[in-house]
Formats: sequence, structure tokens, C-alpha cells
Amino acid sequence: MTDYTKIDFTELEGLSDDEVVTHSYVRDVPLSDGRVLALVTLDNGRDHTRPNTLGPKSLLEYAETLDRLAERAKAGDIQAVAVTGKPFILAAGADLSKIAEIPNREIALRMAQLGHHALGKLHTVGVPSFAFINGLALGGGLEIGLHADYRTVDASTPAVALPEVFLGIVPAWGGATLLPNLIGIENALKVVIENPLKQNRTLKGKDVLELGIADRMFASAAFLEDSIRWADDVVAGRVKVKRPNEPGKVERMVKWDAAIGIATKMLKRRIGEVQQSPYAALELLKGAKANDREAGFAAEDEALADLIVGDQLQASIYAFNLVQKRAKKPAGAPDKALAKPVTKVGVIGAGLMASQFALLFVRRLQVPVVITDLDQARVDKGLAYIRDEIGTLEQKGRISPDEANRLRALVTGTTDKADFADCDWVIEAVFEELGIKQDVFAEIEQHVSPEAVLATNTSSLSVEQIGAKLANPERLVGFHFFNPVAVMPLIEVVNAPQTDDATLSTAMVIAAKLRKNAVITRDTPGFVVNRVLAKVLGETMHAVDEGTPFEVVDEAVKPFGLPMGPFELLELVGLKVGAHVLDTHHGAFPERFFASDNLHRLAEHGKLLARDGKGNVTGYDTGAVKIVAGGTNPMTAEEIRTRLEDGLADEIHRMLEDDVVHAPEDIDLCMILGAGWPFQMGGATPYLDRVGASERAFGDTFHHPPVAGVGD
Amino acid sequence: MAERADVVFVDGVRTPFGRAGEKGMYWNTRADDLVIKAMIGLLERNPNVPKDRIDDVAIAATTQTGDQGLTLGRSAAILAGLPKSVPGFSIDRMCAGAMTAASMMGASIGYGAYDLAIAGGVEHMGRHPMGSGVDPNPRFVAEKLVSEDALVMGATAERIHDRFPHLTKERADRFALGSQQKVAAAYEAGKIQQDLIPVAIRTEEGWGLATKDEAPRPETTMEGLAGLKTPFRPHGRVTAGNASGLNDGATVALLASADAAAELDLTPKMKLVSFGFAGVDPEIMGIGPVPSTEKALRRAGLSIDDIGLFELNEAFAIQVLSFLDHFGIDDDDPRVNQWGGAIALGHPLASSGVRLMNQLARQFEEQPGVRYGITAMCVGLGQGGTMIWENPNWSKKAERKSRKG
Repeated sequence: MTDYTKIDFTELEGLSDDEVVTHSYVRDVPLSDGRVLALVTLDNGRDHTRPNTLGPKSLLEYAETLDRLAERAKAGDIQAVAVTGKPFILAAGADLSKIAEIPNREIALRMAQLGHHALGKLHTVGVPSFAFINGLALGGGLEIGLHADYRTVDASTPAVALPEVFLGIVPAWGGATLLPNLIGIENALKVVIENPLKQNRTLKGKDVLELGIADRMFASAAFLEDSIRWADDVVAGRVKVKRPNEPGKVERMVKWDAAIGIATKMLKRRIGEVQQSPYAALELLKGAKANDREAGFAAEDEALADLIVGDQLQASIYAFNLVQKRAKKPAGAPDKALAKPVTKVGVIGAGLMASQFALLFVRRLQVPVVITDLDQARVDKGLAYIRDEIGTLEQKGRISPDEANRLRALVTGTTDKADFADCDWVIEAVFEELGIKQDVFAEIEQHVSPEAVLATNTSSLSVEQIGAKLANPERLVGFHFFNPVAVMPLIEVVNAPQTDDATLSTAMVIAAKLRKNAVITRDTPGFVVNRVLAKVLGETMHAVDEGTPFEVVDEAVKPFGLPMGPFELLELVGLKVGAHVLDTHHGAFPERFFASDNLHRLAEHGKLLARDGKGNVTGYDTGAVKIVAGGTNPMTAEEIRTRLEDGLADEIHRMLEDDVVHAPEDIDLCMILGAGWPFQMGGATPYLDRVGASERAFGDTFHHPPVAGVGD
Repeated sequence: MAERADVVFVDGVRTPFGRAGEKGMYWNTRADDLVIKAMIGLLERNPNVPKDRIDDVAIAATTQTGDQGLTLGRSAAILAGLPKSVPGFSIDRMCAGAMTAASMMGASIGYGAYDLAIAGGVEHMGRHPMGSGVDPNPRFVAEKLVSEDALVMGATAERIHDRFPHLTKERADRFALGSQQKVAAAYEAGKIQQDLIPVAIRTEEGWGLATKDEAPRPETTMEGLAGLKTPFRPHGRVTAGNASGLNDGATVALLASADAAAELDLTPKMKLVSFGFAGVDPEIMGIGPVPSTEKALRRAGLSIDDIGLFELNEAFAIQVLSFLDHFGIDDDDPRVNQWGGAIALGHPLASSGVRLMNQLARQFEEQPGVRYGITAMCVGLGQGGTMIWENPNWSKKAERKSRKG
């Protein structure tokens, strides 16, 4: 067993040079009958925008504090210990930037051990211990509480979670071992694996109570007072704590392994086997069945050390920072002050996409939105869709009846373009054909003011050409959404050569108001996401056209760990759309993007995958397989993978040379937000660097140094 | 036509009082949070009270800006978790804020407009120093409407000494010492603590819990008091030792009609007999409780001899002495401020009135031989306020017994 007291943690000090130390303050609080509770407050001295984090110095101070309290407990000075945090925050866990800087496995192991060393002291302090979860408690922050004997939670707590798996690591400061033994294996699987993989879903106070992580929940107005009073009752024996979710013998004997088995199977089906952290977490949760703290903690130490020095953690932290930081300060965005006010929105088109736009704009901007189409029937259909959706939001309680009335009143439909006269933002969602889009805008320009911003949702046409018939083309901008509009967080804002700064700024401000992340791209075919996806489609279809079975192509792409295979994605976006996208790119770059006649034939056939009754993919449609038969140069999975990786590295390199976006970070941000490419790949470029594709394609790497693990 | 009702004091609580200023325990605690926590504590102690039955919330503060602004009665009610259907308002009569809130809520209940009401007050004198942001009309000075002393409370207290030379500094100091000693004894006996609502406080050393008053100085001696500076006049008589300090704190009380209390199975601690407010010359505001008490007694049809317990706010020792002197009561009469007063406990201006009521109510419980008691206090700009209460525990038998004893 690991004796944490014998480990020298001084080596970790190198990681603490600029650590914002979370201090452990102690004040004595009187309980009833002369008893005393030592209340530990974690506070880094900053406001809530800089949450408490747990670096080496913070953990060592916490450990020393608890050592002193253990002495006092032994001497009979104190009868209870509780830990809470500064206002709104208990702790947000380990400092990620520090984890990313860990130079080797030995230090990584020390870091894991230090967590157990420090946090574990609450368990052995010698008197009943409590955690008052007063706010944000993530990762190590929650694990502090798991080492306590009892927990309370503030009802208004914004987020409690073990997000480690989302970031490429595992809850390894006791979380993976302690949590399932507190709340049962199924609940623990939800918190440790399922939630992190659902866009890092977090728990509210109510969930924390219901799952059994906390024993009591109190309203925030007197959270600390109530928690102390409850602790007093527990210490005095006036309150007995019941834990219905705590696993019993039967659960350990029967349910535990079965739950792990089911979770493993589901995980393999849902995300494949590339991402390491969920499987590492599963192993730990499986081992937690023995309820052996020491063995569990030792296993956590090793698992965390392995993951910290791996590639996936580095890529995940890189991706996390893109999403958290770069997405909020888009590269190349002009001054917000230049943005024009938008007080009325016009949507050209009343089809599904256009109606989704109208709904999003009216909800987020809360200004009048007018939609138009060729005839009243189409307009009415669009309006009906929008009003139904508003009604659904109301029924679900997401918006109040007053709000629903307000939104319904703001949306109108017309077939008379003159009703667009006072719109200062007009977006089109008409058929993806240059002539149509040109004419639509030329017509609308007759009615709107010369300053009104015109936005096109084109996915692959030239924005410059779309504006060719405009008298004021400087107010045209590309504004490319991803499907489904309400869900996908990315908008590619296309800065065409004639687009002026006021227009670009307006587009960026509007994107932010729509709560989307916008990335500015140049006016080049496919912009970012579709061009990268077209490369994947072109290469994979080419392999099929050459006679490679679909299954071999799928096998080739598996090591990427993409959310779905290329053909499943193709079917999701629509075979016809896919064929069109590939044609566009082939037209623009015939030497690098293959055309595929088979793809057009598949689009005509309309079906690619075979599915069972539940819609799960079981294989390929025999008709589809027949259509693509006849190729004579089948490739191996490895050949395809190398071609694809190198092709992607080459294409992205060209995109950067051509300044489609300014940096590889923007490409990765687009792929993560627009196509769901995984954190463990870091989007695209960290992966291409680490597999050697960049080196092979252009003799360098995208990142210097590459975003890669330190290895052993 | 509304039906007239008897008015009862159901229960009252307060936060521990802190010393104002950076070193005080509430320096990092908002004023509104003090009153909110007191309100939550009051409602938790009275679970029989359906929150939506509360007809109004009146909260007093002298300086109604910042965290003591925004119509405290309403905003604190929302933040304390009362239903949004419960209205609320703010009220100000400086030191008698909470007393005025209790009077006006009592009157509203008595008139038959309300069944249940919350009355209280808060003053965070650390965050809102006395006189901050005031802008007195220049006519006060130009037309000599009030003397310059009128706005300096210590100076008004010196003027009581001027008017009543036999009320010496030595007598004031002795009264102050008594206040400290009585508070220490009451704490020792656990009497003060029973109506305190603990408040979590944020400090340099992390979170702590305020469970008792910060201001008392049980170590006070006559010698020590004699040596203190007289900040309001050279060689004056008023010192920090024989005056209340600058404090932070909040109080709230639940008032009800007797019928509503019976319906909800609430046990009244006191019954309201009458109240009175009166004005005096602002430069000698400390004598204000004399005319307000005379008014309240007259309305109640009682005489000073009927009063068995006095809870007098000790803004200044001399100001209490002038009251006692007027009514022919000894400085150390055992009916007066049995558990000490503001000189030791502190006086967060607008909150103090309900503290007097809390203590009187508890004394009523202990002393069924007493039928009537009064709470009274002086008010800045020359006012006094008095409320007369009847003890629901009173019995003739107990009264005879206590007379004999």
C-alpha cells in the first residue's frame, strides 16, 4: 500500500511558481453543549471570476491545516471539522494549466498522490468531518467533499461535477473509488462517465441531494448557518443520517459488474474505443467494488499518471482552452462599437432552415422578425412551424406565457418584399444556387435601406459572387450555420473581399447575441468545416470507388475517434447535400478533391446504411453495396488512413497558407464546434501533428512544440 | 367595515450586534443580509405561520441607501423567501425605526386591516456611518430653528447634564457600569442568547459564525470609565463608556391579531396596550421618551406606577437617568433594564426598538407577577417613542405573591 506520508512532494514545487494559492483558513465555531467545530474556508483571495483551484502549494497548505486540526481533535479542543469555500465556490479542482505542464510520469504520479495525501486527511482527522458544498465544486473540489464523513449542498449551487473524463483524465483524488461506494455504481457511472460525455453536463444542488452525494440541502440565504446547525445535530446525535443509495451487499455481488458491463458495451457503441479516459474510469469504478480505499487510491494514482503523460490529455486541454477562451474572443473580430443596431430581422425563405433561423433570431434578439417566401402557403407553413415551436417551449416551461405571447407577436409573414423596408438585418436561406441567391438579394435591396446588413447562409458558394448584383455589396456577409440550427454552437462568419468592417462587426455581435461561437473565415470554397469534411468524404468515397469495402474504410478512420463514421455522417447530412459539397470542392480544387459518380448514384438510391428496428446501424444497405461494386484497386485500411491523414494535413496547411483563417487553432475550433470532432484529437491539427501526417505532408508541424504528451 | 382587533407580539429575534467598522464582525456582511437572516430565523421558529398569510413587512433603516435601500421591507421579504404576494415597505424614524414599524404594523392590525405583520429594523453603521449623505436644509441654521448641537447626538446628551445638574457624570458612569454587569449576568444565565439568530460572517480568517454580541465589555470598572475622554466637550461628561456605541445589527418581530394568533395556535408573548410618539427640542433629544411615555400612559389610562418592567434604550446613560428622574424612579431600580441595555449590547439605530421588545417579552414570561411593561427610546431631531405592553402570563395571584416577596 502507498504510504503517502513517506512521499517527498517537494519535486512538485516547480509546478507552483505562479500558482494562485488557495489558502485554508480556520475559524472555530461554537456548537451546542460547549462543543467546537473548526471551520476551514478555502479562499484564494480572488473574486468569483477566479475560482479556487488546487495546485501543489494549495494542497500542501490544506494538508498542514488538517494535520493541525487532527492534533487539536486529539487534544479534545475540537469535536468536528468542516470545509467550505469562498462565496459561490468550493473549488474548481486541479489547475488545468499546471497539469498540462507536468514534465514526466514520475511528477504526474506525485501529483496524483499529493491529492490523496492532502484530501484523505479529512477522513482521518479524528472527529466527524463535514463538507459544506456552498457553490461550484468540480473535480478535486468535489473530491474534497467525498473524503468527508458528511456533506451538505447549497440549493443554488450552479455546478457540481466530476468532469475529468471530459478532459481526458479520471477522478483520481478519491472520486472514482469513493463516489460509487457512496451513491451506488449506477449513479456513479452517470456522474463519472455519462455526464462528462454529454457535453460535460453538471449537477445542480437538487441532483446532488437526490443522487445521495449530499446528505442535506439548504437554501442559499442561510446555507452556512443551517449547515453548521445540522452538523451540530449530527455531532450531538440528534440527527441520524440515512443513505438509501449507499450500495449494499446485493448491489456489490450482483449489480456492480453487470452495470460496468452494460456501460462498457454502451460506451463502445457510442464513442468507439479511441478515447482512453472513459475506459480508464470504468476500470477504476469496477475496482471500487471491493470498497478498499488504499487499493482504490493506488489504482487511481497509476491511472492518472498514465493519462497525464499521454497525448489525449494534452489535446483535450488544448481543445478545452479553445472552447473556453479562444471561442469567446474570436480572432480578427473588428471593434464591437462598429456594429450596427439590429431592431428588425428579415428572413428570406420559409422552409425548415429559414423557420429555424426566424425562431432563433426572435428568441435571442427579441425584435420583430418577418419571413417571406414565394407564396402565402409556404409562408403560412413557416409561421405555423415557428408558432408551434414557441408553444412547445411554453409547454415545457422554458418560457413564460407572457414571453410566448411576446415572441408570437414579434413573428410575421409576408409575400410582399416591401414589408422588409425597415429591416436592418436580412438573412437568406434559399436554394443553394448562385443565380437564385443573387436575384433574391438584388430584389430585397430595392426595399431595404442602403445600410441594412445582408447575410447569406451559403455553405459553399462564393459570398463575393452572391453579392455581384448588389448596389451596396459592402453590406453583404456570409453567416453559415450548422444543422440543427438551435443546437450546433458554430457560425462561420465569412468576410468577403468587399465586406466592410461595420458589417463584419454586426455579424459578430449578432452571432454572440444568438449565443453562438463565431469564427471569421475568408471567402473560399467550403470555408473551414465543409472543406475539411469534404476532404474526408472525397478520400473515403474514393477508396470505395476504387473497390474498398465500406467496412474497411470505416476501420481506417476508427483511430480518429470521430463521433460517427464518414458514411453515417454522410447519411445524416443527406446524400444529396454530400454529393453537392463534394462537387463544389472538386470544381474548385480538382487536383485534390475526387469527384464521385457513385456518390450521385447513392444519392439517387437514397440509402446507404442498414438499420435495425431501433435505428441502430447494423451494416450497409445491399442496394448501396451493389451500386458501388466494381472497383478494382481496393486499398488496405492503413493505406486509406495514411492517405486521409496526409491529405487532411496538406489541405489544412494550404488553408492556413491561404489565410482562410489565421491559425490552426481556428481550424480546430471550427471542427470541434461545427463537426463535433473530439477533444482527444484536439480538433484536427494536434492529431495530425502527433501521427506524423504534418511532417509527411509539408515537412513541419502545425504547433511548435506539437500538442503531445511527454510519454514516460 | 374592518373589525377592530387586539394586537399581540408573537415573537421577536435579532442578529447578534456587532461593532461597526473595519474591525467589526459584520464588515463583510451586507446590511440587507442581516435583516434577511433574522427574518428567516423568525419564520423558522414559527413554522405554524403560513408565509402567504403575512399581510405586510415593515423594515426600518436610518440611512436608506445602498444595501439598506431599495425598499428594504419588500426586497428583504423576497430574499428571505416570502411569497411574492407578500408586500413590504421601508420606514424611518432614526433610532425608533423598528419601534415605529412595530407601532404602525400594530395599528394596522388593531384597525383590522391586517392579521399578521413583520416589523423590524436594521442599521449597519459600519457601512453607513451616522450622518453619511445627509444634506440638512440651510434654513435650520439660518433661521436658528435648531442649535448646531442638534445633529450631534453626544452634544445633545451633554445638554441634559446642563439642564439637570444633579444628574452627574458619576451617576451616569455608575449606570453604565450597571448595564455592563447586568448584560454579563444575563449572558451567563443564557437569557440574551435565546433570541439571537446566528449569522455566518466572512473574515480575513475565513468564514465564522456570529453567535453573540460583540460590544459588551464585562471588564468595565468605575475607574476605567472615569478616565475616558469626553469627545463632545472639553471636560464634558459624555464618554464612549456611558453611551451606546456604533453598531451593526438587525431585528424582526412577528405581530398578529389575537384572533389570528389563536387560529394559528401561536402563543402571544405580549399584548399591545398603547403607543405614543412625541417631539422635544432637537438639541436635547434625549428627554424625548418623557413626553412620549406620558402620552402613551394617558391613552392607556395607566399611571407610571402601573408599570412593572421598563426596557429603556440606553442611547446615553444620562438620557435614561433624566427619564427615571422625571418619573421618580431610582437609578438602580430593579424594574429597569434587568438584563442591561444598549450601553453594553450596542445600538444599531433603527433596529433597537425590537430588541427592547424581545427582552421585555422574555421578562414577562419569567415574571407573571408583572402586568404592564414599557419599551421606550429617544430619537434624533428631538423625539421620543414609547410602547406599553401587557403580560399575557400575568395573574393576580402571581402579582400578590411577587408583592409579598
